[in-house]
Amino acid sequence: MRSLKLAALILMATLVIVPNISAQATSLPLSKQYSGTTLRFITAVHPWTDGVKKLLPEFKDATGITVQIEEYGTDQMSNKIAVEFSARSTSLDLVYVRPLNETKLFAKNKWVADLTPYFVNDAAFDFKDFTSGTIDSLTFEGSLIGLPTTTEHQILYYRKDVLEKAGLKVPKTLDEMMMVASKIHDPANGFYAVVNRGKKNIAITQFSSYLHSFGGEFNIGDKALISTPEAIAAFKFYTDILRNYGPPGIVNYSWPEAAALMAQGKAGMFTDADAIYLNVVAPDKSIVGDKIGYAVFPAGPAGSKPFNVCSGAIGVSAFSKKKDAAALFIKWVTSKDIVMRLQVAGNSGARKSVWANPESTKNWPKDLVEVVNASNLIGVGSDRPRVINVNEARDIISEPILVGFEGGDVAAAARNANIKFQALIDGEKK
Amino acid sequence: MILGDSRDLVTGVAKPHSSLNSGESMRFNEWVEKHVRQIFTLPAIFFVIVMVAFPLVYNIVISFRDWNLSSYAEPSWIGLKNYSSLLSDARFWGAMWRTLAFSFSAVVIETILGFSIALFLNRDLRGKNLTKTIFLLPMVATPVAVGMIWLLIFEPTMGLANYLLKGLGIAPQLWLTTRKTVLPSLMIIDIWQWTPIIMLISLAGLAVLPKDPYESARIDGANSFQILNMVTIPQVLPTLLAGVLIRLIDALKTYDIIYATTQGGPGEASETLNILGYVLGFSYFKMGRSAALIVLFLVTVTAISLIVLFLKNRTDKKIEV
Repeated sequence: MRSLKLAALILMATLVIVPNISAQATSLPLSKQYSGTTLRFITAVHPWTDGVKKLLPEFKDATGITVQIEEYGTDQMSNKIAVEFSARSTSLDLVYVRPLNETKLFAKNKWVADLTPYFVNDAAFDFKDFTSGTIDSLTFEGSLIGLPTTTEHQILYYRKDVLEKAGLKVPKTLDEMMMVASKIHDPANGFYAVVNRGKKNIAITQFSSYLHSFGGEFNIGDKALISTPEAIAAFKFYTDILRNYGPPGIVNYSWPEAAALMAQGKAGMFTDADAIYLNVVAPDKSIVGDKIGYAVFPAGPAGSKPFNVCSGAIGVSAFSKKKDAAALFIKWVTSKDIVMRLQVAGNSGARKSVWANPESTKNWPKDLVEVVNASNLIGVGSDRPRVINVNEARDIISEPILVGFEGGDVAAAARNANIKFQALIDGEKK
Repeated sequence: MILGDSRDLVTGVAKPHSSLNSGESMRFNEWVEKHVRQIFTLPAIFFVIVMVAFPLVYNIVISFRDWNLSSYAEPSWIGLKNYSSLLSDARFWGAMWRTLAFSFSAVVIETILGFSIALFLNRDLRGKNLTKTIFLLPMVATPVAVGMIWLLIFEPTMGLANYLLKGLGIAPQLWLTTRKTVLPSLMIIDIWQWTPIIMLISLAGLAVLPKDPYESARIDGANSFQILNMVTIPQVLPTLLAGVLIRLIDALKTYDIIYATTQGGPGEASETLNILGYVLGFSYFKMGRSAALIVLFLVTVTAISLIVLFLKNRTDKKIEV
């Protein structure tokens, strides 16, 4: 009897203690060996950065390392990082990487350190937990240039109350979206049916979902494809719906402006990344937070093909004199524990185990989680031209969009742009 | 009186050397005293060499290279290829045209406006100093902040500009968001910010004008317009042209308000040479091409400055006669 009780006691103790041990194994032992170091981190204005800033004091307590964060708009951040890298500045330690824009560029120029030695063999860190698509987008010729921090899918944000009042269902196809837009557009009362990114370079990633859903591509290998009938149809749709049912001055709208218009209750539908949903619904930014609905990106003639990409990563500058301390920060900020906490706060990360845990999205709007899960199944892994000079390619491809906003000949502009885009691709082959 | 001469300054008698100075340090002291003019200018020369001459020369050297930060190849010497490629690029000439159109139009309007305000303020008015101070405020504001404020003012749906137009019964404009209206809108921002400097320089020029020509003109029976035309303007023209020259060089180089508002957009409609140089260098990573553009830009600005200086010298001569 006594031995049975003892056995039961031991069993219960084991059941209580063992899970705690494995929980301990997921939180990394952070050492204080670099205490007193200051790291400089250039990053983008993004809900992820906001989340990290809140958790920074914990990192400082655990390691004694101070991380100075400098935030910029995406374009400015990329330019600034490029300038500092080409100057081989030793004062920069950590950088926000846009994998689809910069992996090839950073790897080739050896601007960032290869992170493989730091993480691949660390069992507790569990490198294999990152979704393979994200790691692929950060690897070039065997060099791992960063660890993924944010993933994005394009979704449709819409005003539930406006659609209900007009007796309309959520659009499941792009044609339905155009029809809904025509019915809810009310510029006389300052309400615009649709809003999207319209600014030159910035709009391309959002436009990519439309392009793919019409069956088009930016380029496949060495062939530029932006003047195919599918591509022209996509250009026409994107610019028609915004020109007719969008706000004036759409050409200056980047995502903060478009999200703000939605958050102020002045727009009915908005297609953009799910990662920025806080800008659309958070109480401190939005007056219609509780009226926003989420839907999977509407289907075009070729189906629903929203992008599903690793939009942000963090890397270490190759010229930094504090690479080890910087790698420690990356280890912390991409660890299971921190990614879980950031995901709870609304930032979609790249760890499979975190996504599998329903705790991570318990504070997210329920329908958003459903949309994200559905989008994961149909998403396309790329949202921009697959070249090295991505910035220049994006500028070229934005020409037909601008012409469309002005009501001009989109097909002719697309053909012109295709010639320039092909020339760019050819120039890169040398 | 040459510094360093060891003579009594009053009597001219040679001073005995102080026993405190030994042979070598005395020679050094003498050398310093003899060359003190050159020594005092050394810091300034050093500054100019490091901050102006070296970057300029290095820029010229880069412009002869094919240096692309995103290409596999090492930078290679290609002579004048960057220049010939730029000079046959429609985007370059578009930027050149926009730079000249923007700068000249803005500066002409600023000059007329600034000079008129100065004429108006050049009398004993109550609150004259307060008015002058208020007029000067746009000039001291940070250009990027100015750009951001005007972005809000020019916002088509909820900006102040269209709100005012609505009150006046005029249709709302698209300001910075269409290709046709973006340059004029940027000119408005530039005029708002820099008219005060022309006003300031004109006021200074008007303040030192002698009173006699005015009295004789009035005695001769000239009316206000003739006095303005034939007495005031010819005399203040040299000062005014000096101000115009400074403002013109600055206007040609305008970068901050354009970058803070449109970044050269929509498309390339507000892309001036400076903006294009930035885009080529830091967005497309084509360093050699960007450097060549900057050199061509420098040549353009220098040529325009020389023309304006030439005109100014001619008006100086007229005054002397």
